Amino acid sequence: MVTLAAADARAHGAPVAAEQEDLPAEGSFSLRDVSVAYGRDRVIEGVSMDIPPHAVTALIGPSGCGKSTLLRCLNRMNDELGNVRVGGHITLDGQDITGKAIDPVDLRMRVGQVFQRPNPFPMTIFDNVVYGPRTQGIRGRDELQALVEESLRSAALWEEVKKSLKKHAFELSGGQQQRLCIARALATKPEVILMDEPASALDPISTQQIEDTIASLKDDVTIVIVTHNMQQAARISDRTAFMLRESLEEPAHLIEVGETRKMFTNPDDARTESYITGRFG
Amino acid sequence: MMTPSRRRKARIAETTARMLLGSMALIVVGIALFVVGYIVYRGAGALDWQFLTDVPRNRGREGGIFPVVIGTVWVVGGTAAFALPVGILAGVYLSEYAPKGFATRAVRLAITNMAGVPSIVYGLFGLAAFVLLAGIGRSILAAALTLACMTLPVVITATEEALRQIPQDLRQASLALGATKFRMIRTVVLPAAAPGIITGSILGLARAAGETAPILFTGAVFQMRRIPDSPLSQFMALPYHIYTQVTSVPEWNPDLVWGTALVLVGGVSLVSVAAATWRAFQRRKIAW
Repeated sequence: MVTLAAADARAHGAPVAAEQEDLPAEGSFSLRDVSVAYGRDRVIEGVSMDIPPHAVTALIGPSGCGKSTLLRCLNRMNDELGNVRVGGHITLDGQDITGKAIDPVDLRMRVGQVFQRPNPFPMTIFDNVVYGPRTQGIRGRDELQALVEESLRSAALWEEVKKSLKKHAFELSGGQQQRLCIARALATKPEVILMDEPASALDPISTQQIEDTIASLKDDVTIVIVTHNMQQAARISDRTAFMLRESLEEPAHLIEVGETRKMFTNPDDARTESYITGRFG
Repeated sequence: MMTPSRRRKARIAETTARMLLGSMALIVVGIALFVVGYIVYRGAGALDWQFLTDVPRNRGREGGIFPVVIGTVWVVGGTAAFALPVGILAGVYLSEYAPKGFATRAVRLAITNMAGVPSIVYGLFGLAAFVLLAGIGRSILAAALTLACMTLPVVITATEEALRQIPQDLRQASLALGATKFRMIRTVVLPAAAPGIITGSILGLARAAGETAPILFTGAVFQMRRIPDSPLSQFMALPYHIYTQVTSVPEWNPDLVWGTALVLVGGVSLVSVAAATWRAFQRRKIAW
């Protein structure tokens, strides 16, 4: 599978990193020359980067720089917007995930997503968490029960809701709802969880809880998080990628990607430094 | 800075506008109350157990309206059986699947036009298509199919409208968990939209219950001794009963006709109120 995908990528003339073929199935992405266009509007171009497994990678940059768009390439949610073209090559654990190479439905069971605003389903807490497993065909009551407890524990929500799993999800607070959404994403046992500004609609205490949850999750899953909040990126991420769209006529580019500590103390690019020190954006 | 005289003029204009708009609103309320109040006033006297359970006697001047009520229940039930599945499924397709293009616009235009066709034309169409061409004959089935055609645009529009109210967030959440589009619709979107779809559809069916023209040529009869016992039998119906009493029965009994009108309006209101109550209950449970 890996070699096939790599050979396919080579046949398309894309550079394939040599180490890619040795990566185990654990949630590492490799992006090569990725571009995205909405109709005629080219929003991202020439993004090449690796996203290592079991680490937190933060995507930062000013509004409209294509962070969320790039994130949606990783679970093919751009497909749902219509009129979106994605170019270049993206592999997950060496397997091509672009175009017809993979069914987005299969991909999304491996790559979960948590959205900007908490979006629990209008159902009980229990039914929310088992939505993904049920989609995968898991029906056994005991198995589902175990998944619910495990997922809610990982999302640091179990102690608060263990006595009220039959309660409607909308009765939870905003922060609890977002942790429920994290638990719901974890219940499908994904390799990766994408987070699109998961704390931007929450108060500081809930934000803190989400950040703690993220820190505890990275042993099990790869996390890619889009954030506007640079302190947040500095606090929780291992690697940071800075994107910038320098004018509306031009697509956004990846300016710099590297270890978070280095990015925030000694960035290579002057634009990264200006953004991080708050000179624009 | 406004001069005192300008300020006075502005105040007068404001007061006039408020009174004019308010009085128009009052007129609407007044008309509604008057119509309902008058029907109740004229019809309440005839309402008793015998009226609801007896058959019409002496060409409808005496007796009750039991077969008439049953006929209307049959034909509205038949209408629902055709219009709801077709209308709801078509609405789901248009809202969730249809590509944005010429064909979809043409379908929407056709639906709008369907809603604008006069009911008597539906009656004529029903006679030609269902009674004669399809060979069903004048029957509950033919009348229900005709009313279903007339009700379809209401159901489709109600479905599309209800689906539009469902936040995009929820759809994305479902898809991002690896659900197929159909699973997303079946498990998240439709359950959440159900209250809106059902109340909208009931309004359409309520209108169908009160229509005379579409059933005129397709199966309704003036008088029948027995209760309709199959979809292929002819039937009596409340609106048609009122129509024939007033136009074809010399010395018709106004008490019984108003009573019939009250049963029709009351029955339709009862169903609408039940649907609205159910919807309010659902809303309290599920608030975005």
